Amino acid sequence: MVSFLGRIGRFAIDQIAGMGRMFLFLVSAILLAFRRPAKLRLIVYHIKTIGVDSLSVVALSGFFTGMVMGFQGYYSLRKFNAESWLGSATALGLLRELGPVLSAFMVTGRTGSAMAAELGTMRATEQIDALYSMAINPIKYLVSPRIIAGLIAMPLLTAIFNVIGIFGSYVVGVGMLSVSSGSFFSGMENSVVFHDVYSGITKSVCFGLIITWICCYKGFHASPMATGVSQATTESVVLSFVLILVWDYFLTSIML
Amino acid sequence: MNHSRTDIIVGMFVLIGAICLGYLAIRLGKVELFGATGYVVYADFSSIAGLKIGDPTEIAGVRVGKVESLGLADDRARIVLRIDPQIKLQEDVIASVRARGLIGDKFVLITPGGSDKIIPPGGKIRETESPQDITDLIGKFIGGDLTSKKEEK
Repeated sequence: MVSFLGRIGRFAIDQIAGMGRMFLFLVSAILLAFRRPAKLRLIVYHIKTIGVDSLSVVALSGFFTGMVMGFQGYYSLRKFNAESWLGSATALGLLRELGPVLSAFMVTGRTGSAMAAELGTMRATEQIDALYSMAINPIKYLVSPRIIAGLIAMPLLTAIFNVIGIFGSYVVGVGMLSVSSGSFFSGMENSVVFHDVYSGITKSVCFGLIITWICCYKGFHASPMATGVSQATTESVVLSFVLILVWDYFLTSIML
Repeated sequence: MNHSRTDIIVGMFVLIGAICLGYLAIRLGKVELFGATGYVVYADFSSIAGLKIGDPTEIAGVRVGKVESLGLADDRARIVLRIDPQIKLQEDVIASVRARGLIGDKFVLITPGGSDKIIPPGGKIRETESPQDITDLIGKFIGGDLTSKKEEK
């Protein structure tokens, strides 16, 4: 009985200590980001890996999401003779929820996993230790630029996702089905207010932080083996997905 | 100064993203980049149920401004309208809150007047007409004059 209680206690302490380590990792990465010299070149490079390289997959998924919303929205709204609301339904759904969340998923799968695997391999092949021995702080050199790049790239990707998604919904709603182009756009412009755009962009900034933070942490602290790298990659993707959805709920309830 | 390929590609990405962001914020979010243009006028209503900030203000179906803020003044609803600068409102215009269709979006309709005097910026529209409440109307229709008599007491 005592050993059972001890095991529960050990488990709880480990979990809380793990959360504390993750948080301290984030704090030190953010603090080091402000310390000179600023690694501008690295930030630009990571904006390329996070933003530009994910652009095609984000654009494609955005287009198809918009087209599906066009079909589904049309099908549901037609029951109330409200097809003209298709534009506003799509735009609100994309701007507030689907755009930030789905593009964050895409970036997690496309870039976050690669990030965790890269840092995990660096850990396994002792490159991170080599950086320490050269008196280069690996968190400043490897993690901070990625987090800043994530904060910059995610809102831009989300905006692109939204615009392409709206276009996809336009193609289906106006091009294939019988919604008029005028009511599609005027409905959209009348019902969307700045707060919708703002809350979606705020979400995407938070998701950019979550993805880079979790994936860097998991890769950085991978156990230095081949299985350790694979485990770190898996954990980083799963944890990022879960945190994105949970945090999305909280942000929605705060900002609605 | 020569830039690497990465710089140029990232520059293009940031530009495209910024354009999309700008489209969403300015076209859909209706953010005014260069400050708000036009002048404001007030109007007091006994009810503005359903009106939202940003709803259009129209004369004869043409958009001439929007609702800038909603508030209370002496138990009446006070709305602030931002009117395009080239539009002149006569002193005896009538502002009314209307709905598009039976349950559609609300907007403020301004019916032009005949006076020579123009409402100055910051002035007040005196004549207003509150929206007909659809449930009220149905109540009157079903219950004859009963409901309206009850209200008058």
